[in-house]
Amino acid sequence: MEEKKTLIDVRNLKKYFNVGRGLSLKAVDDITFYIREGETLGLVGESGCGKSTVGRTIIGLYEATDGEVIFDDMNIAELKKDEKKQFARLAQMIFQDPYASLNPRMTVTDIIGEGIDIHGLYEGKERQKRIYELLEIVGLSREHASRFPHEFSGGQRQRIGIARALAIEPKFIVCDEPISALDVSIQAQVVNLLEDLQEELGLTYLFIAHDLSMVKHISDRIAVMYLGALVEKAVSHELYDHPLHPYTQALLSAVPIADPAIERTRKRIILEGDVPSPINPQPGCKFQGRCSYAEDICRKETPELREIKPEHFVACHLVK
Amino acid sequence: MSNVKTTEVQEVKFTKDMFEIIGKDKASYDKIVRPSLTYWADAWRRLKENKLAIVSLIILLAVVVMAFIGPKMRPWEYDFQDFSAINNGPSADHWFGTDELGRDIFVRCWEGAKVSLFVALVSTIINVTIGILYGGISGYLGGRVDMIMMRFIEIIYSIPELLWVILLMVVLGQGLGTIIIALSITGWGGMARLVRGQVLQLKQMEFVLAAKTLGADTSRIITKHLIPNAMGPILINLNFQVPGAIFTEAMLSYIGLGIPEPYASWGTLAQRGTRMLLIHPYQLFFPALLICITMLAFNILGDGLRDALDPKLRK
Amino acid sequence: MDNPKLLLQVDDLHVSFDTYAGEVKAVRGVSFHVNRGETLAIVGESGCGKSVTAQTVMQLIPMPPGRIKKGNIFFEGNNLVEYSDKEMESVRGKDISMIFQDPMTSLNPTMKVGKQIMEGLIKHQHLGKSEAKERAVEMLKLVGLPNPSKRADQYPHEFSGGMRQRAMIAIALACNPKLLIADEPTTALDVTIQAQIMELMKELQIKLDTAIILITHDLGVVAKVSDRIAVMYAGVIIESGTSDEIFHDPKHPYTWGLLKSVPRLDRKQKERLIPIYGTPPDLFAPPPGCPFAPRCDYAMTICKDYHPNKFNITDTHYSHCWLHHELAPKVDNKLAKGGAN
Repeated sequence: MEEKKTLIDVRNLKKYFNVGRGLSLKAVDDITFYIREGETLGLVGESGCGKSTVGRTIIGLYEATDGEVIFDDMNIAELKKDEKKQFARLAQMIFQDPYASLNPRMTVTDIIGEGIDIHGLYEGKERQKRIYELLEIVGLSREHASRFPHEFSGGQRQRIGIARALAIEPKFIVCDEPISALDVSIQAQVVNLLEDLQEELGLTYLFIAHDLSMVKHISDRIAVMYLGALVEKAVSHELYDHPLHPYTQALLSAVPIADPAIERTRKRIILEGDVPSPINPQPGCKFQGRCSYAEDICRKETPELREIKPEHFVACHLVK
Repeated sequence: MSNVKTTEVQEVKFTKDMFEIIGKDKASYDKIVRPSLTYWADAWRRLKENKLAIVSLIILLAVVVMAFIGPKMRPWEYDFQDFSAINNGPSADHWFGTDELGRDIFVRCWEGAKVSLFVALVSTIINVTIGILYGGISGYLGGRVDMIMMRFIEIIYSIPELLWVILLMVVLGQGLGTIIIALSITGWGGMARLVRGQVLQLKQMEFVLAAKTLGADTSRIITKHLIPNAMGPILINLNFQVPGAIFTEAMLSYIGLGIPEPYASWGTLAQRGTRMLLIHPYQLFFPALLICITMLAFNILGDGLRDALDPKLRK
Repeated sequence: MDNPKLLLQVDDLHVSFDTYAGEVKAVRGVSFHVNRGETLAIVGESGCGKSVTAQTVMQLIPMPPGRIKKGNIFFEGNNLVEYSDKEMESVRGKDISMIFQDPMTSLNPTMKVGKQIMEGLIKHQHLGKSEAKERAVEMLKLVGLPNPSKRADQYPHEFSGGMRQRAMIAIALACNPKLLIADEPTTALDVTIQAQIMELMKELQIKLDTAIILITHDLGVVAKVSDRIAVMYAGVIIESGTSDEIFHDPKHPYTWGLLKSVPRLDRKQKERLIPIYGTPPDLFAPPPGCPFAPRCDYAMTICKDYHPNKFNITDTHYSHCWLHHELAPKVDNKLAKGGAN
C-alpha cells in the first residue's frame, strides 16, 4: 500500500488565552501530530482539555500563540486575508451544538448556499440544483430546502451542517464533537454518513470527541488529550488493545458496555476528583492529581511524548 | 409480576395476509408534518393573542389614517381664521372647538398629528440606523475599538439627552428640519448599547463561527447573521423610541423651541391650549388626549411585541 | 394480586400539549410500576415522552398547555393525579425527588449550596437551622464531596459539573425520599465523571434503600445499574422486562435496533454500526398503527393499521409487537442481542 501523503502537519502548537490579572489559560500546550490524506485522526479528551481549541486553531478561527500548522505545504499562521478565504475552500468544520450551529433566521437553502455564494461557485438554477444534490447526499430531501432549522431534529440539523461544509468541496473537515449532543441511536446515523462521505469524496477528518466508544468506529489513529497536552497517540486498534497511559486506561474503563453480565463483573477504574483548571497548572505531569501511580518524578518533571512501540507514543515517566 | 392493567385489547379479526412482511417505509423518513412557521409568522400569531396589543395597534393605525383624512373631513384649512368663531367650544361645525384665532382645532389636531408623527418617525429611523451600525461595529470588533466607542457614548450621555436637544435647538434655530436633526443626533445611544449587547452574545454562537469558517467577511456576518438575529430586541426598542420622540418634540414646542408658526404640532397646540386652560380647557384637552392615547398605545404595543418576539416563549 | 413492595404504579397515562398547530400527544397510554429499592430505567430517543412521563409523576408539567387526558399515578396507594398543588408540595422533595440533566441550570446560582440542601430539610422535616446545616454537610459528605463544610458555604459557580451533579443528588436525597427520579443525570457530563456519578447513585441506593427511575437515551449507561428496563418510543412503552431479559433476549425490533447502534468497546474495531434510519413520528399526528412501523425491517400490513397488543413473554417480560402473534412469521435477530454472542 502506497504511503499517503501528509495533509496536515501540526508542530508544537500552543494556544494560550489571557484571562486577566496576568493569568494565562494554557488551553493547548505544545501539541504535535499529523494526519495523512484520506485518513481520520480521532482526538479524544474530556471537557476543558483543549481539543475544541485545537480544532478551531487549525481551521483559523483562533490565532495560534506559537507553533505551526502546515496544510499541504501552506503555513496557516502566515496566511494573509485573501489567502484565508482560499483556505476556507480546503478546510471546513462541523460543529457540536446542532441547535446553535444553524442561523435560526435562514432557510436551509440559504444555510447550505452560503458557502456557494461567498465563493461564487454557482448561481441561479445551478445553485439550486447543487443545493438539492447536497441535501440528498446527506440523506435529506428537496422539500426540506425551504424550511427553517427549528423544524428539524438534532440529527437532521447535524446533517444540514455537514451539507453546508461539503458545499464548497473541502479536502479536510474538522468534526468538533459532531455527535456529542445527539442520542446514541442517531449518533450511529451521523457517523455512518461521515464514513460514507469519506470514502466517496476522499475526505480527511480530524474527529474530536470526548468518548472513546464512537471514535473507535471512524478513526484510523487516535490521540488522547488531557489538560492541553497529548498523553497518548497510537493506531486505533493498538490503543484499544494496549492502552499504556493511566488516563487512557481510565477513559476506556469509564465507557459503559451495553451488557449487564459484563458490567457486573467488570473492574472499573474510577478516577478520583475532577479535571483541574488549565489556568497556571502545577509543574510536572498534568495528570498527577488523579493518577493512582503518581511518583515523585511525576510531580517534578513533565513527561515527554515518546515512541514506546512503533507508531505508539506515550507521555508518562512510568511506561518503559 | 406486573400489576399493570392491560390496555384495551382490540377487536380485530386476524387473517394471515395481515402478517406479510413489508419492511421499512423509506419515503416517510425525515418527513415534516407541521406547517412551516417563520419567526415573524410565529411572533405575529403570538401578538394576535394579546388583545390589548392588537387594540393598541388598531388605535395607532387609526391615528395615522386620521392624520391624512382628518383634515379633509372639514371644509377649511388648518390655518384658516374665522373671526366670527373665536374661542368657541366644541360644536356641530367645529368638532373640537376653535382657538383664539378662529382656527378649527379638529383640523389642527390632525395636521399636528402629521407633523408630530413625521418628526418622531424620521428621527427614530435615523437614530436607530446610527445606533445599529455603531453598536454592531463596536460589538463585533471588540477590544480597544469597542472600549473607545463605548467610552465615547458614555461621555456624550453624561449630559442628559434633553439638555443636548435644547442646546442644539438654540444653536441651530427653530424649524422642522432642525428638530429632526436634534432628535436624531441624540437618540441613538440606547439603541447602540442594545445592539452591542446582542452582538456580543451572538458573535460567540456557532453559526457565526461557521460563517467565518466558510470565508464570510465582516459585513456579511453583521448584515446576514448578527443583525437579523437581533431584530427582535431592535424592533422593541424602536417601538419605544417613537413615543419618546413624540414627547420630546411636544416638550420642545411647549417651551417654545419647537415647530414654528403656522405649523401645528401636538406640542404647539398643547402650549397654546395651556394659555387658555382656565377659560377654554377644551383647547388643551384635545391635543393632550391625542398625545396620551398615542403614547399609551405605543407602550402597550411595545410590551406585546416584547412577549411575542421573545424566542424563549416560543411554542 | 397485591404486591407489598409496590411503590409507584402508573396506569394508562395519557398526556397531551395544546399548541398552535393542534394537540401533541406526548404520552399515549403508558403503564409501569416501580418496587421499593429497585431501579427502573426508562430508555428512549429524544421526544419519546420519557421526560414528560417523569415530570407528570412529579406534577411538574405546566397545565396549560399540558394536560393529563387519562390515567392514574398511584404512589403508595394514593392517586397523585387527584392531588392539589399543596398536597403535591408535601410529596415533592420528601417522598419523591428529582434530579435533572443540566446541573448548570438546576441549581440556584444566587444561593449557597448548603442552603439549597437545607431548604427541603427545614420544610419537610421541620429541622431547626443549625440541625439542618449539620445534615446538609453530612449529605455533602455522603455524596463524596471533599471538604463538605467548606463546600456548603460556596455558590454553585464554584463547583465543577460533576460536583454540581453531586450537590443535586445531595439536595434530592436530603429528606430520604422513597423514590428518586433521575432525568438524564449524566448526559451532560464527561465519561469519567459519568462513571463516578453512576457508581455514587448505586451506592446511595443500597445505603438509603431508595427506588430509582433512571431516564436516559443511552442503553450502555443502564446496563450496570438497572434492575428492570422499559423501552419507550413515540409516547408508548414498546417493551419492558428485567435488565437481563432486555439485553440478552430482546423481543422488539426497536430494541434490536437500539442495541445494534450502540458502539461496543469489546467488539472488533471498525465494525460498522447499524443505525436505525429515519426519525420518530411527530406526535402531532401519531400514526394509527405501530409507531415504529415505518422504520422497521419486519413491518407487516397489520402494523400500519393496528397498534400492537401486549404480548407476555415471561412473567416479567412483555412486548408490544405483532411479530409475537401466532400468525406472524418467525423472526430471530441474533445480531441484535446485547451481551456475549
